[in-house]
Amino acid sequence: MSKLIDFVITSIKVSLTGSKKYYAWLASLLIMVLFGAFSYYYQLKYGLIITDIRDQVSWGSYIANFTFLVGVAAAAVMIVLPAYIYNYKEFKHITIFGELLAVGALTMCLSFVLIDLGRIDRMLHILPFTGTPNWPQSMLTWDVIVLNGYLFLNLLIPGYLLYKAYVREPPRKWIKIFILISIPWAISIHTVTAFLYGGLAARPFWNTAVMAPRFLASAFTAGPALMIIILQIVRRYTCIGKPGCKLVVTDRALFTLAHIALISMLVNLFFLGSEIYTVGYAATSHLAPLKYLFFGLEHNGVHYGKLQPYMWAAITMEIIAAILLLFPKTRKNFTTLNIACIFAFLGIWTEKGMGLIIPGFIPTPIGEIWEYYPTLMEIMITLAVWALGFLVYTLLLKVAIAIEAEEVVHPSAKDKEMPEAH
Amino acid sequence: MVDESRRDFLKKAAAGATAAVIPFANVRIPVIDVTLEEFFQKHYKEMSDDDKKRVIERLKKEYKEKYGIDAEIKTTPPKEGVVWGYALNIQKCIGCRRCVYACMRENNQSRASPKDPTKSEIQWIRVLEIEKFKIHPGEEGKDFRTRFGEIIAGVNLEENEHYYNPEHVPEEDKFYVPIQCQQCERPPCVKVCPTKATWKEPDGIIVVDYNWCIGCRFCLAACPYWARRFNWSDPYLPKEEINPKMHYLGNRIRMRGVVEKCTFCIQRTREGRYPACVEACPVGARKFGNLLDPESDVRKVLEKKRVFRLKEELGTQPKFFYFMD
Ligand code: SF4
Ligand code: SF4
Repeated sequence: MSKLIDFVITSIKVSLTGSKKYYAWLASLLIMVLFGAFSYYYQLKYGLIITDIRDQVSWGSYIANFTFLVGVAAAAVMIVLPAYIYNYKEFKHITIFGELLAVGALTMCLSFVLIDLGRIDRMLHILPFTGTPNWPQSMLTWDVIVLNGYLFLNLLIPGYLLYKAYVREPPRKWIKIFILISIPWAISIHTVTAFLYGGLAARPFWNTAVMAPRFLASAFTAGPALMIIILQIVRRYTCIGKPGCKLVVTDRALFTLAHIALISMLVNLFFLGSEIYTVGYAATSHLAPLKYLFFGLEHNGVHYGKLQPYMWAAITMEIIAAILLLFPKTRKNFTTLNIACIFAFLGIWTEKGMGLIIPGFIPTPIGEIWEYYPTLMEIMITLAVWALGFLVYTLLLKVAIAIEAEEVVHPSAKDKEMPEAH
Repeated sequence: MVDESRRDFLKKAAAGATAAVIPFANVRIPVIDVTLEEFFQKHYKEMSDDDKKRVIERLKKEYKEKYGIDAEIKTTPPKEGVVWGYALNIQKCIGCRRCVYACMRENNQSRASPKDPTKSEIQWIRVLEIEKFKIHPGEEGKDFRTRFGEIIAGVNLEENEHYYNPEHVPEEDKFYVPIQCQQCERPPCVKVCPTKATWKEPDGIIVVDYNWCIGCRFCLAACPYWARRFNWSDPYLPKEEINPKMHYLGNRIRMRGVVEKCTFCIQRTREGRYPACVEACPVGARKFGNLLDPESDVRKVLEKKRVFRLKEELGTQPKFFYFMD
């Protein structure tokens, strides 16, 4: 027990000490969070009226970002699975980065959902004992279960492994069970999130069976793409890979991630194409949202098409990313690889964030067209949640790296070797 | 006798106990502006009669302080053997929107404030103006899809005007389709609600417990008839315009962050009156009654007229019928 307390205290200490650059990074994130908190105060006080979400388009930036980030969280599985199931050595060192990224992403997901609530003071109504969850009918109750379960798993697994490394003991077998559970669990979080939308017959744009597969494919593109960028940054600014450091992030690991991103991107584009074909060829009334997305809608002489440019940009970026990832030459060149990753990330963020949520509401089920565009306060709150996620991720990473690189160790285990299993 | 006083005693003790659970019941949590008592309030269906009484007393006091009115808030339960239905004659409807405004007054919907732009109007009934028909024979070979141009007619939920505003209604080439909550027998809004804050009453009405709703707006996304409205801010209601005759599940004044919708005027219909929109319609296009009673207005319409329902294919089974003479 005293070892565990020592572990927690050391972790906090480690996460809060660093170079000047580190502090500057933390401070800038914190400032963004504060700006958002300030805006959120107004939202609490005056209601969601401070956003541009209205009866016609009843979900906006918050839910769009939530949807995208569930994908990022789920994508951790793409590192965990090769590492633990196929024993892929290159990924062994980086699994923890993936799992902790999931924690950061889930922090954002849960914050976005809570912030989107009209009555956050009543959030306990969704839980058993304190409330009346509509389980198993409502997909949102399922989402609460799977998201919190996944958060628990991704805190437990790296937390436990880090603790064991800290005291230089081999991890017990039981943790393996949780690791195995976490794999299908990751799939479940994004499936349930897709089902939130896919189950609504009122919204033809979402009411399609390809929703969950498409969600997973795009998640497994955006997640690894983000991972590639983050790993390079971490490799540059920490001890990783420097002489005398026990931790390495190999180029091969990055290229394997790029490969995963490539295949997922191709599958994603295929699903998107299938969707566009089915809706477009049949050309029923279901076509309207898609038409709105790409070409805008004409209604009583007015043209509505605020999302148009973003959507074209997104598709263009996705295709460029796919091409850059496709050829080994550009995939294995860090400049082009990074362009591909950034494009893939931004493309998917647009396509399955705003590009998925907003057109679901346009036109309304009884034919009104009303365009949504986030307000400044809404954008500040959204940015703040992103900043919060990165803040959490940064702090966790700091600890993980210090322990894995054997910079800190429990006093009683100073002379022990790091056990094999780590 | 003994038994009765004992029951009485237990009741009082129970009431005392619940009151004791909430010390400082009147303390207000700042910013979200909610008293502790409100915070710990139960789901309507889980409340005892005493709980209901206390809540209603509190609401009355609140309305008095906030709006300066003396409200009467009922919790009249549904009657046995009654399932409400509605029928609307789209041939008669002239699109005057009297029902829309009667509904607003009856049901205490938020008004637009002349001073505060964050307070907007909420309307539960939306009247669509639809062109009787549109026929544009195309030039052959020009349009690769249809080749024959464009022919639009019938109740078209995509090609219509929501904000029509001519000098006089009805217009020659138009017809009108009012849409409000269709009181679906299989309501998707109820299915998706994560907290059971919205449900179907035994008389077929879909209601919302405004004090239980968390404002996630899943039901707004799930309703195929765009019948639900959200309180994006606290409502604005001038004192003179408030209808003090309220029902807990109906037209009592709402708060920011919760969902509301048409309840077929539960506060009226459960007292044996017609919904306000039925009474307001100048041409008698609106019929209302008990679907289980063969003599009711709706049943007669169902028997004698050809009716249709909106989006029948979605399987929501609305209890709102449209018909023509
Ligand atoms: S019309 Fe909409 S709000 Fe009314 S019961 Fe049906 S789904 Fe629910
Ligand atoms: S907004 Fe309220 S009534 Fe609607 S689904 Fe959410 S909790 Fe239920």
